[in-house]
Amino acid sequence: MRKIRRWGPGLLLVSPSIVLVAVFVYGLIGWNVKVSLSDWRQSVETSGFDTGAYGELFPGSAGELDDFAGAVLSGNQSDTLSTDPAWIIDLHHALLFTIAFVAGALLIGASLAFLLDKGVKGEGVFRAIYLFPMAVSFIAAGVVWRWLMNPAPGDRSTGLNLLFDKLGLGFLANQWYLGTNWGAAALAIPAIWALSGYIMALYLAGFRGVPEELREAARMDGASEWRVYRHVVFPHLTPVTLSALIILGHISIKVFDLIVAIGGKQLITQTPAVYMWILIYDARDYAKGAAIATLLLVGIAVLVIPYLVYTVRSERRL
Amino acid sequence: MNERHRRHLPHRMVLVAAFAVAIVALVLPASGFGHQTKSSACELSVFSWWTGGGEAAGLDKLIKIWNKAHPECPFKNETVAGGAGTNAKAVLQQRLKAGNPPDSFQGHAGAELRDYIKAGQIEPVDFIYKQAGFGKVMPASLINQIKYKGKLYSVPVNIHRANVLWYNPAVLKKAKIKPPSANASYSWPQFIAALEKAKLAGVIPLSMGEQWTAQHLLETVMIGALGPKGWAALWTPNSAGKWASKSVTNALNRYNQLLGYTNPDAASLTWQDAGKLVADGKAAFNIMGDWQDGYFSGSKAGDNLALKPGKGYGWTAVPGTAGVYDWLSDSFTLPKGAPHRAAAVEWLTFLGSKVAQDTFNPVKGSIPARKDANPALYGPYLKWALTQWKADALAGSLTHGVVAPAAWATDFSTALGLYLQTRNVTNFQAALVAAAKKNS
Repeated sequence: MRKIRRWGPGLLLVSPSIVLVAVFVYGLIGWNVKVSLSDWRQSVETSGFDTGAYGELFPGSAGELDDFAGAVLSGNQSDTLSTDPAWIIDLHHALLFTIAFVAGALLIGASLAFLLDKGVKGEGVFRAIYLFPMAVSFIAAGVVWRWLMNPAPGDRSTGLNLLFDKLGLGFLANQWYLGTNWGAAALAIPAIWALSGYIMALYLAGFRGVPEELREAARMDGASEWRVYRHVVFPHLTPVTLSALIILGHISIKVFDLIVAIGGKQLITQTPAVYMWILIYDARDYAKGAAIATLLLVGIAVLVIPYLVYTVRSERRL
Repeated sequence: MNERHRRHLPHRMVLVAAFAVAIVALVLPASGFGHQTKSSACELSVFSWWTGGGEAAGLDKLIKIWNKAHPECPFKNETVAGGAGTNAKAVLQQRLKAGNPPDSFQGHAGAELRDYIKAGQIEPVDFIYKQAGFGKVMPASLINQIKYKGKLYSVPVNIHRANVLWYNPAVLKKAKIKPPSANASYSWPQFIAALEKAKLAGVIPLSMGEQWTAQHLLETVMIGALGPKGWAALWTPNSAGKWASKSVTNALNRYNQLLGYTNPDAASLTWQDAGKLVADGKAAFNIMGDWQDGYFSGSKAGDNLALKPGKGYGWTAVPGTAGVYDWLSDSFTLPKGAPHRAAAVEWLTFLGSKVAQDTFNPVKGSIPARKDANPALYGPYLKWALTQWKADALAGSLTHGVVAPAAWATDFSTALGLYLQTRNVTNFQAALVAAAKKNS
């Protein structure tokens, strides 16, 4: 009885949120997985067991795996695959977007942090300027960048293409997100713009977390400034890089609003999350939509769970 | 430590109790106690995506008439914004699934309603047609095309025409292109020759917008190549064989040829952007539904272009489709379990009446589904459309929900999206055959 008095009130306090999370997060995840494994592929709800939805999203046999991977990497359609061709295009777009977005945001964020760390006048102002884009929602950013990345040719050009033209850099003008091979990478530009400031803040905190004594010790030993960074500061930044990768990676897998704001519902800019939406609300293929939702969740879990395990372990070591 | 703990306990218990009460108070309304109090006061809730421009203005006029005639059951306007109803349809799906239907909701007349019918979410409304005599005033072919298994499920408020070729008379003159005849349009070879001339004159021959407008263009080309009967046959049960036919190949090749005359940045333009290219003299032709007329001639205050019909822009049927009306229609339904069913029936009867249709349509920029409209109320384009509506053969629109249920239409647009990237007609046709096999 006395024991209950000790932990009872605390449990009572958190139990509403435990219940809510159990029902609305895990309960609904479970329901989503169940729908994805059902034959509910039209407006009338049915609940028979069927893996057909996943069948359309995975290569039909082990032999097709190479073809599948090749098609996803190249973005070309393959006549021999039984997989949904739109899904292959989606994966190709997601792959390009992720590579461009993660690499771009990491590089730009880290370089900005490096420059700020070297000491600038009015650092606070710069920090605010670089961090600000994160306050803009993806939808709003998408609307602005849709105009900036206007692919109209010649005298109709606006936005960046017009700017390039005026600066005598006309050769840089391009089709942006309508480009046949790299269109999805152009879609990552607004996302890089939005998040590199945040990555900068992460790295800046990382840089500042390296004790000044370590740097001074290295300098005393005659290390050049570059070598101080290369051998003393950067090794300390692995955890920061890892968190940044996780944050960027999961945003990239889920990306939806930015794409819809720029490209609408068109295959040329379609990503898995957009396809999921089309399947559920337009085609009413609930099982396949839920299957894509499940795969997105698994994709994020693959990223996040090892990270959580790693953090828990390293915290225990401390 | 223990002493202090005990002393604080009563205080903490009070806190916990208060918290528990608060949670219960939060959870209860959601779980049944406050559920759907069927208010005795009647309110006609009507769900639509008419939130802007002429359609919202037209709806407002209807609401005024309704409220005057039915003070005991005033109108409750439940609109959801978002292009062509895509957001609204998502919201509606959730409401219907949750068993919380409005008294009446908007839907494109035709196959798009099949999902609601199959899910048992709407009721047949044949009795309203019978009581109000709609069968005598609406074209028989229209009524046949919106029937599903012999029953009618909605009342059409308006008719839009999808197969209209818009052009800029000044650009045509400058490029020495003979304008098309108002009733016969161009023949296909004449159209191609005109596009060639426009290309030589340095303008965009045919302006096009994002993917759905490309599908809109394709549907009008196919109707032109196959004729209304051939087109309708594609959407009948077990039609995969027809999709594999030589005539479909020819239609797709025509389309492929046409795409060579369109602007390269099509996917970044809305239908208004594409129309504006014609209005601004940067493009010669555009193929779009007749909402383009509202955009061209509407007031500047409403973000339209305020051009003079016939002078700033001209129109005719899409080449190959003279004498065919590629139609679509906004209609309203009677949901099962509508909270105020009697009022909803009254609303649908009102929507089909001459008063309602002649009030709504001149403002919305469409024509009534009835044949007895008063032409004096309509502008130059709509007058033309009214005469055509009485005489033309009817072909239902694919892009706007008449001939295909949502699943088939989605497969079609996916196949089109792939084709637009590769321009491979053979693969495109194979994908369309596969879509027909799966859905027909």
